[in-house]
Amino acid sequence: MSAVPENEGMNFVGQGSTWRRVLSPTGNTGDAVFRVLMFGVALLMVAIVVSMVVALTVDSMPSIRQFGFNFLKSQRWDPIKGEFGALPFIYGTVASSLIALLISVPFSLGIAIFLVEQAPHYIARPVGFLVELLAAIPSVVYGLWGIFVLAPFLRNYIEPALASAFGWLPLFQGSITGIGLLTGGIILAIMVTPIISAVVRDVLTAVPGSQREAALALGATKWEMIRVVLVNGAPGIAGAVILGLGRALGETMAVTMVIGNRAQISLSLFDPSYTIASAIANEFTEATGDLYLSALVELGLILFLVTFVVNGIARVLVWNVTRKTGGVGRAA
Amino acid sequence: MNHSDRIRRMNSAVMTGLTALCTLLAVGALLIILSYIAWQGIGSLSFQFLTDSPRPVGEGGGIGNAILGSLVLLLLSSVIGLPLGICVGVYLSEVGRGRVGNVVRFIVDTLTGIPSIVTGVFVYAVLVLPMRHFSAFAGGVALALIMVPIVARTTEEMLKLVPHSLREGALALGAPQWRVTLGVVIPAAAPGIATGAMLAIARVSGETAPLLFTAFGSRFFPTSLNEPIASLTVQIYNYAISPYDEWHAQAWAATLVLMTLVLGINIMVRFLTRKKF
Repeated sequence: MSAVPENEGMNFVGQGSTWRRVLSPTGNTGDAVFRVLMFGVALLMVAIVVSMVVALTVDSMPSIRQFGFNFLKSQRWDPIKGEFGALPFIYGTVASSLIALLISVPFSLGIAIFLVEQAPHYIARPVGFLVELLAAIPSVVYGLWGIFVLAPFLRNYIEPALASAFGWLPLFQGSITGIGLLTGGIILAIMVTPIISAVVRDVLTAVPGSQREAALALGATKWEMIRVVLVNGAPGIAGAVILGLGRALGETMAVTMVIGNRAQISLSLFDPSYTIASAIANEFTEATGDLYLSALVELGLILFLVTFVVNGIARVLVWNVTRKTGGVGRAA
Repeated sequence: MNHSDRIRRMNSAVMTGLTALCTLLAVGALLIILSYIAWQGIGSLSFQFLTDSPRPVGEGGGIGNAILGSLVLLLLSSVIGLPLGICVGVYLSEVGRGRVGNVVRFIVDTLTGIPSIVTGVFVYAVLVLPMRHFSAFAGGVALALIMVPIVARTTEEMLKLVPHSLREGALALGAPQWRVTLGVVIPAAAPGIATGAMLAIARVSGETAPLLFTAFGSRFFPTSLNEPIASLTVQIYNYAISPYDEWHAQAWAATLVLMTLVLGINIMVRFLTRKKF
């Protein structure tokens, strides 16, 4: 039979048209150009992220070679002697972010519950917009406000009260200046609250109404019904909190302006501290010598990798909840 | 109504009341911050302050160069970032469905989550170091990198809201895909895309961290894109951490100008999209 050569011929044509179909399913030249152009721009995005990883890694090589894993474990940050350890920055970043979450999570939940479950439409919309405006205020403005309003307020009222009430805890001992870990954490809390509450709003909206009706039909009070909704949205709420964490870890200007910028690990929340982001912001332009600069770039690499993982986890959690209802969501 | 029922009802009333209190506190914080900025900033505002360049302490001076610098940086980043972002959004919505599209979407989301200070370090490494000096151009690129993912995702969402029947109708009339996208789909989503672009501009106009070691700052009016340039945000930062009361007052006034711009865009966007969302 002559079926074999015919088949080969078919395959050849088939392969050729596979390529053409990828470029232009419609067989139109303009479409091929259009699709290649758009794909090229999309590829550029991939190239940017890849080159970000490469550039940060290459520039931090001197520091990685010199210190290895000790960079993460060492407490000494002494540019003059050329000793660089990131532990104080890692501690400051994690501690200030945790303080921020501790304060902002209950608030964000409260705001989201109020706006989704309780407030009538004509209140929820404008009030929701006002809360979102908090996220529109630039970081440096929060910093300015933090230096001149929040820090004096904490120094004169809140910190003395905390010291006299809980002074037996090492957390609340030490000199009261208004500039330190606690102030940084509170500023961060104000900054991440609108972000967390916006995502929680999306998550709560995605919980089916039948859950609420079922709870109410069983005789639940309003609050008991809300608890059912919260349990339903729990993974998404966890995602929202982690998204807020990602934002808090990388926040720079406001924290730099109020945290005191001293590379030390102190149990006291009143003491000055330092975060990874504020170390880069503060010392990058004054870094003399390749090793110093490369140590700062390595801090940037650490921050990049950590926020990458944290945001990835958050996105999967939020997406799993909101996709079921097809919610477009502002949950970025 | 027995005892435990009464407790349940009270519990419910207290907890729902607390959620209202949380909201009230958040809105209160916003109003306190905004009114404090207005109160502190209004005193130092004058025509001379808005047009002069900075002077040494005690001689007044203004933020004219910083305002102009910020506008130049915004224009530069918009020219680079908006077309890129819109193209990526078009790719995600119209071309790249399936696995490759998901990879690109993941990458774009990754870009959104990168702390802006890291973007600054990256631009320093790839632009400032090879050029051997800070420049307005590097600052514009850093801001554009922050803009692109925001614009891309809003563009994608707006394009996906365009009904499929519109695309099918145009295709059925014989138009190729690129003409359908450029001539029918994008115009239908144009107001939404413009909204996303404005929000991205508002967002980057408040950015400071990525400018610290790219655009750097300057005390003079800009003359070239190839040299350091002042910006409102970096100026506010430098004045805020200075020890001089006069500069602190100027920082508040500059903040008032910045907030007028940022809030102005946000409220305008809200007003324009009021009916649609």
